[in-house]
Amino acid sequence: MIKRRLADWLPPILVFCAALGLWEFVVWRNAIPPYVLPSPSLIGRTLVADWGTLSGSMMVTLGTTFEALIAAVAGGVALALLFAQWRWVERSFFPFAVILQVTPIVAIAPLLLVYLEPGTAVLVCAFVVAFFPILSNTALGLAATDHNLVDLFELYHASRFQQLMLLRLPAALPYFLGGLRIAGGLALIGAIVAEIAAGSAGQGAGLAYRIVEAGFRLNIPRMFAALALISVTGILIFVFFSALSWLLLSRWHDSARERGG
Amino acid sequence: MAPGAPIVRFERVGKTFANGVKALDGLDLDARAGEFLSLLGPSGCGKSTALRMIAGLSQPSSGALTWSGAARPELGFVFQEPTLTPWSNVWRNVWLPLRLRGVSRAAAEKPVAEALALVGLTGFEKAYPRELSGGMKMRVSIARALVAKPAVLLMDEPFAALDEITRLKLNNDILRLKAELGATIVFVTHSVYESVFMSSRIAVFSARPGRVVETIEVAEPAARDEEFRLSQAYAETCRRASAALLGAIGGEESS
Repeated sequence: MIKRRLADWLPPILVFCAALGLWEFVVWRNAIPPYVLPSPSLIGRTLVADWGTLSGSMMVTLGTTFEALIAAVAGGVALALLFAQWRWVERSFFPFAVILQVTPIVAIAPLLLVYLEPGTAVLVCAFVVAFFPILSNTALGLAATDHNLVDLFELYHASRFQQLMLLRLPAALPYFLGGLRIAGGLALIGAIVAEIAAGSAGQGAGLAYRIVEAGFRLNIPRMFAALALISVTGILIFVFFSALSWLLLSRWHDSARERGG
Repeated sequence: MAPGAPIVRFERVGKTFANGVKALDGLDLDARAGEFLSLLGPSGCGKSTALRMIAGLSQPSSGALTWSGAARPELGFVFQEPTLTPWSNVWRNVWLPLRLRGVSRAAAEKPVAEALALVGLTGFEKAYPRELSGGMKMRVSIARALVAKPAVLLMDEPFAALDEITRLKLNNDILRLKAELGATIVFVTHSVYESVFMSSRIAVFSARPGRVVETIEVAEPAARDEEFRLSQAYAETCRRASAALLGAIGGEESS
């Protein structure tokens, strides 16, 4: 079992290390200056040296992402519930949700920055992109309830509230979690885009601002270090929601079933 | 209620769906206390609609459906699919009808355990539907229908999706349960053999729009076992039911 785990993990790790090694070698062999392309080792050293600033910024970006996600979950689920109860609400409000979804966030961010404080604008941008997947997936899940089970609840004179709590919400959970996983990644993108558009400095500066700032100063290694941290943040968010999904669904839903073997 | 007394009666019941499909037309039928009534007919003849009407899940467009008692008796319903909630284990699935009525977990311990024992699933309380075979899922579904001690058990082609062996086994279980519980069973099927083997009475439906073309009483055998399956009476009843069914389908083919 452990042997097989190792065999599964070893190739991607080796390939990743080889790619870094090649990068390092190319930089060293051609004596590329660090302000053009820093080597991985230099990026690593920068990451350690600038950890104080960068880790603070990472927490800011993570915080924004999660605050936006919480708002998106609250709003998306609430609206999906209203959709499920009244068709006219769905017909009236769905177009707005679609417009928000299809308009690129890069185009909305400057406008939001006009009306809102930078910190709030960043939060709203992340919220706008995270909201739609939650809303549409939850609405789909609520509508996809097994109609025989609905009949069964009716046979036993279940109240609307019972039907919601014991049937519709659990049935929608896998859809909701799928939406949440997408929304997690999108919220980070929304936050980064808004941070870059805002270019705000000072205490509330996130990782994207560090990139902009380092770019102004031609501190290329630091740009790469911040970029690496953004990737790590994205991976952390993805892993977190995948784990959450597995935790909640593994006992009963096919999507979480172990594959192969 | 005295055995044989009508408990629910269809009088000239018609049903036309919103899309214009006429499922039932002039349906006259009663279900009698303690009997095993099969609704036998070709697919799409409205027999499931009739069953759903008994359950109160569908309303007649014309005619009337009346219960002879003051109130509708306790009902159990078994669907063609197990129709379990996949997110809860066997115990919670069986608890559901009681839970919807506000019966607490502690108060449900005894009836749930009894229902699971009736279908032979004691020990599987913690299992999730995904971990069970098709036949076992169906047993959970039956236990759930039985947990509230229904006076009338409605079954809508409950074993149609199962393999032959599992199906025969479950049919025997249903007969045993009926003997133990004394409930009235209304059973929808499109299998002549199943209906004759199981029922005390068979209502043969015409093709859509459905109505009852013939009611066949099955002479009560000493026991519904393999011996009965080989008996002259069984073969004779099968022939009669087949002839009635063929007549019903023939009407559809000529139209």
